[in-house]
Amino acid sequence: MVAGEAALGEAVGADLEVAGRLRGRGARRGMARMLLGNGKAVVGACLLGVFCVLAIIPGVIAPDNPNAEVFKPALPPSLAHLLGTTAYGQDVFSQLIWGARASLIVAFAAGAAATAISVVIGVSAAYLGGLWDGALSLVTDVLLVVPAFPLIVVIAAYTNGANLLMLIVVLVVTGWSFSARQLRSQMLSLKRREFLEAAKSRGERRSYIVIFEALPTMTSLVIACFLSSALYAVLAAAGLQFVGLGDPSSLSWGTMLYWAQNSSALNTGMVLWAVMPGVCVAMLGASFALLNYAFDEIGNPALRPVRIARARGRRRG
Amino acid sequence: MDDRRVLTVSGLSVDYLTGSGPVRAVDSVDLELEAGEFLGIVGESGSGKSTLLYAIAQLLTPPAEIAAGSVEFLGRDLVQLTRAQLRHSRWRDFSVVMQSAMNALNPVMTLEAQMRDTCEAHTEMRSEEIHARSVEVMRLVGVDPIHLRSYPHQLSGGMRQRAMIAMALLFTPQLVIMDEPTSSLDVVAQRSLMIQVKRLQERLGFAVIFVTHDMSLVGGIADRLAVMYAGKLVEVGPTRDLFSRPLHPYTRGLLEAFPSIQAVRQRLIGIPGSPPDLARLGAGCRFATRCTDAIEVCAATDPPAENIDGRTVRCLRVKGWLGHAEQ
Amino acid sequence: MKYIVRRLGLFLITLLAALTFNFFLPRLMPGNPAIDMLSRLESKGHLGPQALHTIEIALGLNKHTSLLHQYVQYLGNAATGNFGISYTFFPAPVSKEILEALPWTLGLVGMTTVIAFLLGTFIGLISAWFRGGRLDSALPPLFVILSGFPYFWFALLCILLFGVTLNWLPVSGGYNTSLLPDWDWTFVGSVLSHSVLPALTIVLTSIGGWTLTMRNNTVTVVAEDYVRMARAKGIPEWKIMWHYAGRNAMLPNLTGFGIQLGFVVSGAVLVEYVFNYPGLGWMLLDAVSNQDYPLMQALFLMITVAVLVAVFAIDLLTAVLDPRTRDSG
Repeated sequence: MVAGEAALGEAVGADLEVAGRLRGRGARRGMARMLLGNGKAVVGACLLGVFCVLAIIPGVIAPDNPNAEVFKPALPPSLAHLLGTTAYGQDVFSQLIWGARASLIVAFAAGAAATAISVVIGVSAAYLGGLWDGALSLVTDVLLVVPAFPLIVVIAAYTNGANLLMLIVVLVVTGWSFSARQLRSQMLSLKRREFLEAAKSRGERRSYIVIFEALPTMTSLVIACFLSSALYAVLAAAGLQFVGLGDPSSLSWGTMLYWAQNSSALNTGMVLWAVMPGVCVAMLGASFALLNYAFDEIGNPALRPVRIARARGRRRG
Repeated sequence: MDDRRVLTVSGLSVDYLTGSGPVRAVDSVDLELEAGEFLGIVGESGSGKSTLLYAIAQLLTPPAEIAAGSVEFLGRDLVQLTRAQLRHSRWRDFSVVMQSAMNALNPVMTLEAQMRDTCEAHTEMRSEEIHARSVEVMRLVGVDPIHLRSYPHQLSGGMRQRAMIAMALLFTPQLVIMDEPTSSLDVVAQRSLMIQVKRLQERLGFAVIFVTHDMSLVGGIADRLAVMYAGKLVEVGPTRDLFSRPLHPYTRGLLEAFPSIQAVRQRLIGIPGSPPDLARLGAGCRFATRCTDAIEVCAATDPPAENIDGRTVRCLRVKGWLGHAEQ
Repeated sequence: MKYIVRRLGLFLITLLAALTFNFFLPRLMPGNPAIDMLSRLESKGHLGPQALHTIEIALGLNKHTSLLHQYVQYLGNAATGNFGISYTFFPAPVSKEILEALPWTLGLVGMTTVIAFLLGTFIGLISAWFRGGRLDSALPPLFVILSGFPYFWFALLCILLFGVTLNWLPVSGGYNTSLLPDWDWTFVGSVLSHSVLPALTIVLTSIGGWTLTMRNNTVTVVAEDYVRMARAKGIPEWKIMWHYAGRNAMLPNLTGFGIQLGFVVSGAVLVEYVFNYPGLGWMLLDAVSNQDYPLMQALFLMITVAVLVAVFAIDLLTAVLDPRTRDSG
């Protein structure tokens, strides 16, 4: 198990020798260029950008109070109500736009916090080795195997529903272990590389070596971890809110789905109310997933799209 | 064509297709190999020597591809063959020994299983015959055949490399191509492996192309040496001649970097600078920026390969040094 | 077999951690919801002294003995499957309810996860092997996007499409409740037809992950020297794909399966909820809405045990398939 993962980590370094020579200098410039050239990254980033705009300035697109129950309930879509109204007389479109904020806050906050923890634990475990590695890896593995959603459900049930902060905390606690594992294996394979040995023999302190020498080379992996943590947070938060465990009085896509389900929206013709918040969650999730995949490709040169050579009567694969 | 000639490489060039256009890692290489000859290809990392090797063996993978040239082996141009035709020739006529046996052997299969796969791919041998042959080649390289049942990770580095060589000799091919097979071993194991290879070569009569960065490793064993720099062969000739009277400044530099145990103690002189970026080459000689003998014209003109004194050299000044008349 | 022992150790430690979590959680909650629970339970009917004692231990209501003593008693109760009485299904004991829900979850979630894994691994291998082919260009973006979808929303879509609009398949329950459970074709057929949509949801949402990781693993493996070596030896392509690339690329995927199992089960809980499928997940969410703590805790434990057993089984499988693990540990 460890062998397989270590091999993968090694392979990342394998191509760097040749690639480095051919690509020349400017790895940071290279990453930006690679991102722009990667179709998945562009689509993902655009989607994410749209949602960020919605979260920051929702009032521009949907100026009215989304929670106001002033309209006639269960209206079909029309020019006045692009997506119809809810069973409580709220404008679905408005709710959708304003609901973006909560979902994005959860995604970024939980994603960032989980990534920070996983970097600290994953990298330390690999670098310190020995008993430290054993202990930290044990904690990581235990948290990894325990099914997160049932765990969150039990906690939330005891605290009678969670507010946003509680939700983020719980997501972070259950979400950091996945990335910690990946970072640890990458750090393990880096540990044997010469530039770290060189720093050690120069007499640099361990923390210096880790922060300034090792971490910069793992940038694309750290970003990929952030994206996958954010994805996890978005989906888990939506799930929790959907079953009513995430403060149903707040406005987010998940709580919209909760209320829609409660009013049997699918069966009573309010299809858009039941489906559209899910579409938004799916699109936000997809944007994180696309960006994540793009960073995976950047980090591992072997995964990049292959140009099939067309000249000279190709018959070789 | 010479009957004893086994391999003729003409104008072989290999490109890496990068995002910013093709980069030529191997540039117009010409090589010849006679039957039973031991040719060493020497160069530093990034010189393109491994790429050259894989190009000859038709084992390049994208983004690398053969851009020009031919590889005539036993009368056929390997570059032009279809995959099926090539497969028929593989291992039977030429085999490959890679740098790290740990990476070159399938980690989840025993040695014997891997040998069996090879035999079954090319012959109709029955399993007892396959087993007997496997035992035979293992004995040839000095490894106890009991290890046929082992997995690669269970063997020591030296044994693994020998097992790879054993595998390469399954069909007693005409040519064995070796890519730095000793670089993962310690000095003692290295020496012992080299001696073994030479003995096997003398006994079985196959030709060898041996790629390495360590000139001293092949100094006593190779019949001819080819020195490679930044994708081109800068000097090719008989080993003894190269060692006693190197012509190209780079060859000279390489030799001066390796002291001899028997000679007078001397200062170690390295070669300052680093190899050029292949994506951004100038018009002139690729070694010019590091060459202590470079003159103005060197930076402007790429030296052509010239036959001098039984050798092939790419240097504009050599003729001048030897006092030869213009030909 | 250091490796097996180590994995078994992890199994036991995780189990202990889950049990400890269950033990301490109610004791840490403010406002003491447990006392509340107990009075609600007692209002439903008579509780035998043994049942009362079990629940007190589980929920932290017993102030008479030391914490350590309670902890040991709790562990003992858990080992014998004694989790008290369920509020929702009063007066049935919790263990009975769990055992009834278990086969549904094992059947649905167990089988679909395995199917999704095998199918995904196979597609990933083929797709990466023929790199640059049509399959490889179309699939990754598709599966990447699919992996961002929430399970339950996909379930809702299925209900909308196949249930409400087309009315092809049933969308609620594990079987037609007007039938009596029996081993005849009507019942079995009903079970099967009710499981189609939930199964489809789980397979479609989880397959993306396996396909992508297998594809990435295969791409990495194909770049390895031993694949190049196999080609150099002239071994036929299909053999290289299966035995050299496939068998090696699958190993990290198998490990990943164990890791992802927690996430897959989490998603499956929601799928059961949406389809009212009578498995452990649905029961858990039902218990939450009824604030049935004993049932909830026991379900969490059961789900965790199921995942742990599956992970351990995968560890054993890995030991069989990868000779390196047998020797390292």
